[in-house]
Amino acid sequence: MIRKDLLALANDISIEDLLIEHPIVADFLANLRLDNIPKQLPLSLAIEEMDEDILQEFGLDKFGVLLSFCEFMETFSTAKNQNPAVATLTIIGGLNKSGEPENISLTISSGEIVSIVGPTGSGKSRLLNDIECLAQGDTPTMRRILVNGVELDDLQRFEMEGKLVAQLSQNMNFVMDLTVREFLYLHAKSRLTVDAEQVVEKCFLGANALAGEKFLLDTKITQLSGGQSRALMIADTAYISNSPIVLIDEIENAGIDRRQAIELLAQREKLVFISTHDPLLALGADKRIVIKNGGIIKILEITQAEKQSLNAIEELDNILQNLRHRLREGDQITVDLLKA
Amino acid sequence: MKLITIAGPPSSGKTSVILKLIECMGLPIGSVGVVKFDCLTSFDNLRYQEANIPIQTGFSGKICPDHYFVSNIDDAVQWGIRSGFQMLITESAGLCNRCSPYINGIFSVCVIDSLSGTNTPRKIGPLLKLADVVAVTKADIISQAEREVFAFSIKQVNSHARVVFVNGITGQGSFLLAKYLQQARDIQTLRDMKLRFTTPAAVCSYCTGETRIGESHQMGMMKKMEFKEL
Repeated sequence: MIRKDLLALANDISIEDLLIEHPIVADFLANLRLDNIPKQLPLSLAIEEMDEDILQEFGLDKFGVLLSFCEFMETFSTAKNQNPAVATLTIIGGLNKSGEPENISLTISSGEIVSIVGPTGSGKSRLLNDIECLAQGDTPTMRRILVNGVELDDLQRFEMEGKLVAQLSQNMNFVMDLTVREFLYLHAKSRLTVDAEQVVEKCFLGANALAGEKFLLDTKITQLSGGQSRALMIADTAYISNSPIVLIDEIENAGIDRRQAIELLAQREKLVFISTHDPLLALGADKRIVIKNGGIIKILEITQAEKQSLNAIEELDNILQNLRHRLREGDQITVDLLKA
Repeated sequence: MKLITIAGPPSSGKTSVILKLIECMGLPIGSVGVVKFDCLTSFDNLRYQEANIPIQTGFSGKICPDHYFVSNIDDAVQWGIRSGFQMLITESAGLCNRCSPYINGIFSVCVIDSLSGTNTPRKIGPLLKLADVVAVTKADIISQAEREVFAFSIKQVNSHARVVFVNGITGQGSFLLAKYLQQARDIQTLRDMKLRFTTPAAVCSYCTGETRIGESHQMGMMKKMEFKEL
């Protein structure tokens, strides 16, 4: 929307109608403590009835209200909130902790899954950080990250602030005191999702498909188990959060179907990086980055042999999952349960 | 010398952010100084000293912290220039959600804690609304969705601001913040420069030490609450 159209919203349409068309206007009014202005008038006329003293507390006069209204609507117009499309991401090697060059260049396309493996403290998180800030040879590792094959200048990096990368880690919690439904709606609203109802429903079903134990739309998010929380976070990242890149830091043993979770993200055309020690996740990826001493020492493509062993690993994993399930149900564990 | 003002609610992580920021900027030791404006006591000077960062602490005591800030900021700048700093960072705590220690043309950062509640950005006022960059802390322990909702709340109040998530423990994100701060300009003095917003109004009888309660003791600039009869 251009300024003229925005001003038309303030001049020609009653606040009542404006609220129906753009529910977010309610937030604008609440932020300036203007919830009680006459709603049958357009904003430009209604502000004539406003208390100047209140406006002054916000550093505004009547004209200022109109200006900030325009800015507000501009900020939350859908065009401005489009996420940059990322078809490929290229990592160009820098230096390891000893200052030796990494000599690698790796291009990953959307829908691909890449795992990052290496001993604790070897520099896996550092690589995730480089990706997050779109390093251009200016971080300690000197790595460069290209988006769609091109280098980015600082302005472009700032433009993409926070829109490119969604993160998921074992330490994350829900802290809001909301039900699953309220929470998903709130998130959908903040992403300016048009068909919120549908998206919330999809996301809820998706999360429950991943979670070991089912939960309801009316469950409080703070009451979800670790596995349920992780499942909801993954489904939310897949369906609501629009970031094209997902960085995952350790989600093993969370009581969710990990492989299915990662596949869900990849299906949504996300570019997925998983830092992990979990063989099932590491081998579930198309490519595997191996890190040692702060540097990438090799990049492995999954081999046929690994793909075959993946099935065996999955069986082992199923045995363990089954044991967990039996324990939870109060069963006795027998030797038979250890067989595939 | 470059001047940067950093402000935020108490315990939001300002000191941690500043320490990581200085580490990340890679300037020679002793060339970045900090002035901390606090109210009653402060223990942050120890953390700065540990990191070999020159620090001065001032306590506003019974004075409104913002008024105290304005009356001392140019002296702080002169101290920084005398000490030969390349950069001076001021750190001040917003206490009443109405603070606004920012100066036109001086780069300003608001530090805010993502655990403080989704609606908090909408309540903080000029401290957040007029900042150039908003640094969100402690976001590593909340979900991605909550981060996005939090950033959305910030944008509602300050659509111009750059929002950066900074981890005060690992330093993640401080790199981008440091990049922004390169835009800070060099200054010699703040004389005749202006605050971005008026400081909280004062000068009533309670500012000058009145402790008795009741209409007859209330003088000067007062604001009375309206109570609707039920």
